[in-house]
Amino acid sequence: MPASHSESAEFVNAFEIKSGAVNLPVLKLLSVDMEYVSSQLWQKVRQAPEFFRNAPMAIDIHSLADVDIDFVGLVRAMRDCGLIPVGLCGGAERQNQAAQAHAGLSVISLARHELPPPASAPKPKAAPPPAEVHTKIVEQPVRSGQRIYVAGGDLVVMSQVSAGAEIMADGNIHVYGTLRGRALAGVQGNLGCRIFCHDLQAELVSIGGHYKISENIDDSLRGVPVQIYLQDQSLVIQRI
Amino acid sequence: MARIIVVTSGKGGVGKTTTSAAMAMGLALKGHRTAVIDFDVGLRNLDLIMGCERRVVYDFVNVINGESTLNQALIKDKRCDKLFILPASQTRDKESLTVEGVGKVLEDLSKDFEFIVCDSPAGIERGATLAMYYADDAIVVTNPEVSSVRDSDRMLGILASKSRRAEQGEEPIKEYLLLTRYSPERVKLGEMLSVEDVQDILSLHLLGVIPESKAVLNASNSGVPVILDEKSDAGQAFSDVVRRYLGEHVTHRFIDVEKKSIFGRLFGG
Repeated sequence: MPASHSESAEFVNAFEIKSGAVNLPVLKLLSVDMEYVSSQLWQKVRQAPEFFRNAPMAIDIHSLADVDIDFVGLVRAMRDCGLIPVGLCGGAERQNQAAQAHAGLSVISLARHELPPPASAPKPKAAPPPAEVHTKIVEQPVRSGQRIYVAGGDLVVMSQVSAGAEIMADGNIHVYGTLRGRALAGVQGNLGCRIFCHDLQAELVSIGGHYKISENIDDSLRGVPVQIYLQDQSLVIQRI
Repeated sequence: MARIIVVTSGKGGVGKTTTSAAMAMGLALKGHRTAVIDFDVGLRNLDLIMGCERRVVYDFVNVINGESTLNQALIKDKRCDKLFILPASQTRDKESLTVEGVGKVLEDLSKDFEFIVCDSPAGIERGATLAMYYADDAIVVTNPEVSSVRDSDRMLGILASKSRRAEQGEEPIKEYLLLTRYSPERVKLGEMLSVEDVQDILSLHLLGVIPESKAVLNASNSGVPVILDEKSDAGQAFSDVVRRYLGEHVTHRFIDVEKKSIFGRLFGG
């Protein structure tokens, strides 16, 4: 063991190079007047000296495309404020060369800067807003002649559904009272939907268009809590 | 502000007008200034049940159309000075009623009265929907048989969705169940739905049970609200209903079969 230990010691890596994402504060340059930049930078840094002390910072010149910028002056101004400028991004080819040659700034390629603005615009769309819940909860009895339809979601009825009432949902249906009316789940054809009810006395139950009328519901399943789902194209009513 | 009570059912012939007359008379006898309005334009009956048919000069539609004042049309009851009747027009139809017109009459009545009882016509059309539109309370009159229960359920749905209170998102109409023409004997024989059966289907607060009674027909024919027949079972049952409506705790009666005495059994009492 010791041998292998010393042997392995010889091969201990001095470093590793890995691709990693580092978060950096970015100074987005909006002016080429370095004196102006410098004075504002001072004010800014004075507000939170601890936060900015020896802070590495990238420079974004995206909004100053193809303008001559005094990179040496900028780097000096930043260092004077205790900041460590580490690189440049968003610059044109000519600007990048000037920064590398005169101010020793590296050029950082930020993916988003290489994309034209229209392409970066859809980004918020990619992250959808918090999932909207379409579940509708009905607390009052659903009376004869009333119809309730929930588009794109589930329906929960806390009370009874009377004979002659009709409840429909694109999603699942839950009835915590007695279900005497009609219940149609998955009306847009979603065959995975189910109906749950506390007391089944329904006139008709349907999932994705596959239905069963009262006459065809087994007496042993009437008046008891059940779930109804579709299996091999046929409705299954199961006691729960 | 007056409390507006609609007496409704969906189905016809279940006892709405009998109930309206009895409720109105009962509330008035308790000392509350009460008006009762017949919404059954074209099929007016309330005046007959109230026994004031020979005193009708102007009617509800006249008032709505501005052809008479409210005071000209209101008929004061001869038996109770707190009770006033606003009869329906027999020569018009329900199209004469408008939401605004009805609203205006009820608003004017509200200034003078404590209770306004609206006797709804059968059905779920204009007359019935207008009778319940402004209501605060609804008495749903139901007979213990399936079609009446179904129609009452339908009416409850309309109360919950098409009333002014529902449309304006206010506190919903208070709904009460009144079971009429109840015969405990027939329930026992399984020929009639029981109170529990009806309650199970409608799940409503039970205001009372009015037994099937000869007194009701007699009262209607003689133009005397049955509540004034204090000896009759139906009259007593309606008195109970009024007391319950006013918040008193009164035990339900007339639900179970009465035990007959040996003589009653022998002579078919």
